[in-house]
Amino acid sequence: MRPRGYFARTALVLGLVFLYVPILSMIVFSFNNSRLVTVWDAAHSPTMKWYRALLSNEQILNAAFLSIRIALVAASVAVVLGTLAGMALARFGPFRGRLLLAGMTTAPIVMPEVITGLSLLLLFVALGQLIGWPRGTGAVTITLAHITFCMAYVTVVVQSRLAGFDESLEEAAMDLGARPLTVFRRITLPLILPAIASGWLLAFTLSWDDLVITQFVAGPGSSTLPMVIFSKVRFGVTPDINALATIMVLIVATGIALSTLWMRYREQRRERDLQLAAAANL
Amino acid sequence: MPLLTQASGRRLVAGIPLLWLLLLFLIPFLIVFRISFSEVRLAIPPYTPLISWHHGVPALEVHTSAYAFLFTDPLYISSYLYSLKVAAVSTLCCLALGYPMAYAIARSGAATRPLLLMLIVLPFWTSFLLRVYSWIGLLKNNGVINNVLLYLGVIHQPLALLQTDLAVYIGIVYSYLPFMILPLYTNLEKHDATLLEAAADLGARPLRAFLAITLPQSLPGILAGSLLVFIPAVGEYVIPTLLGRTDQIMIGRVLSDEFFENRDWPVASAVAILVLLLLVIPIILFQRLERRELETQR
Repeated sequence: MRPRGYFARTALVLGLVFLYVPILSMIVFSFNNSRLVTVWDAAHSPTMKWYRALLSNEQILNAAFLSIRIALVAASVAVVLGTLAGMALARFGPFRGRLLLAGMTTAPIVMPEVITGLSLLLLFVALGQLIGWPRGTGAVTITLAHITFCMAYVTVVVQSRLAGFDESLEEAAMDLGARPLTVFRRITLPLILPAIASGWLLAFTLSWDDLVITQFVAGPGSSTLPMVIFSKVRFGVTPDINALATIMVLIVATGIALSTLWMRYREQRRERDLQLAAAANL
Repeated sequence: MPLLTQASGRRLVAGIPLLWLLLLFLIPFLIVFRISFSEVRLAIPPYTPLISWHHGVPALEVHTSAYAFLFTDPLYISSYLYSLKVAAVSTLCCLALGYPMAYAIARSGAATRPLLLMLIVLPFWTSFLLRVYSWIGLLKNNGVINNVLLYLGVIHQPLALLQTDLAVYIGIVYSYLPFMILPLYTNLEKHDATLLEAAADLGARPLRAFLAITLPQSLPGILAGSLLVFIPAVGEYVIPTLLGRTDQIMIGRVLSDEFFENRDWPVASAVAILVLLLLVIPIILFQRLERRELETQR
């Protein structure tokens, strides 16, 4: 047992180093004074000048604002559609179209993005010719495309959460005469609420981050943040992008830390409630 | 009378997402398929229509010239094969690194496990594009890795690391590693430790017990993780564009260039159909694994 245990643990440590060194190097060089990015200018660093440059770059700020708006709408619609699909797949048993729905909710997760992007753009062009809508591409078509691939992820998250609970609670409520909508509101929804929350966050992140599909369905004048970043870094390293990356890592790390703490708090409270309930029954 | 009877309510719940995906996922592929059988022309949209009218008589126009073009120009065949090679090598590297990592997490104490999993997932939540970009700064000629090696005296000339196959492998392994580790971890965590103890009691060496018990049991996890890396890696666009060679491009880049640079929609569509044909079996395999995973969870 011993030797392999050491081997696996060494791989884990090296793997984590591999995962974090590039991120740390971006953070370090975001404070570097030199334009050469990877040559540390010890005399004039650390400096905040790239952060100031970033915050006065209107192109980046506008793109970030557009990306946030798209991600908010896309994640919210994707959560509704994905929750419906996840419930149907986890609870309805066999129904007509089940296999099709299951297939269409897992395929977008692995589908190469160039193919999804091309097919969605060709759909929008064909629709525009047939019914005159959408007229050209832009924020609306980007949002529709994002909803489609985000809902696949939400479906999987909600479906696997529902698969972890049996149906006895819902059946008991039905037997007691509760209407389907009441059962959903009082029992199913509270059970899957954590999955819905993490599904929304996942969808938001995926939408905020997407480049390839967006490039296909974006029109002139609708550049999202990843599109602006890509056009800047395609021809080399630019220091203000390091500053942007640092800000994003900071936000994500804070968010994850807070949500972990909150989950732990909820878990502890639940255990206390269970103990109290057990004590009351004695 | 309830607002919604149960049957019609269910139809609505399943029907809305089904309709959405039919319209925005399935029908688009049919359109791609249809355009791949047309010819490019100078018009809006830039391809021949499916039905043309000659003196009031409709004629079905089906052209296979886009496919013929792909099979005659060696550029396309070589990028197709190159993409398969890159995806296969990267998937194997990902597995070689991800398996021991997932194993170590699954065998670690209950208190450290959530922390380790969080550390694996956290980079995934930060921008994929920026994480790929960070490797430019590490790999380029006057980048961090070369500077450190020069400083240590290991090398005297900077190594050409950027714009190589190696850089693409690193980029793919780096970006897709969580997708390999998570299914492997889910599988390895469920293993019954008593089997290994029994094997040890019967005198099996750890390596033998691993090969006879753990490895075969973890095959579904290996397969799921590998498919999650391999399928998207074949069509990868961002990583080879930022880190890869300029003399040999991958098929995702070919598709994008045909569409955006050459404005040849039929050829871009034909490339998409050929990539899909290649990936349809891996995708179905992945779906079956996924379904089994979701249905045996309770």
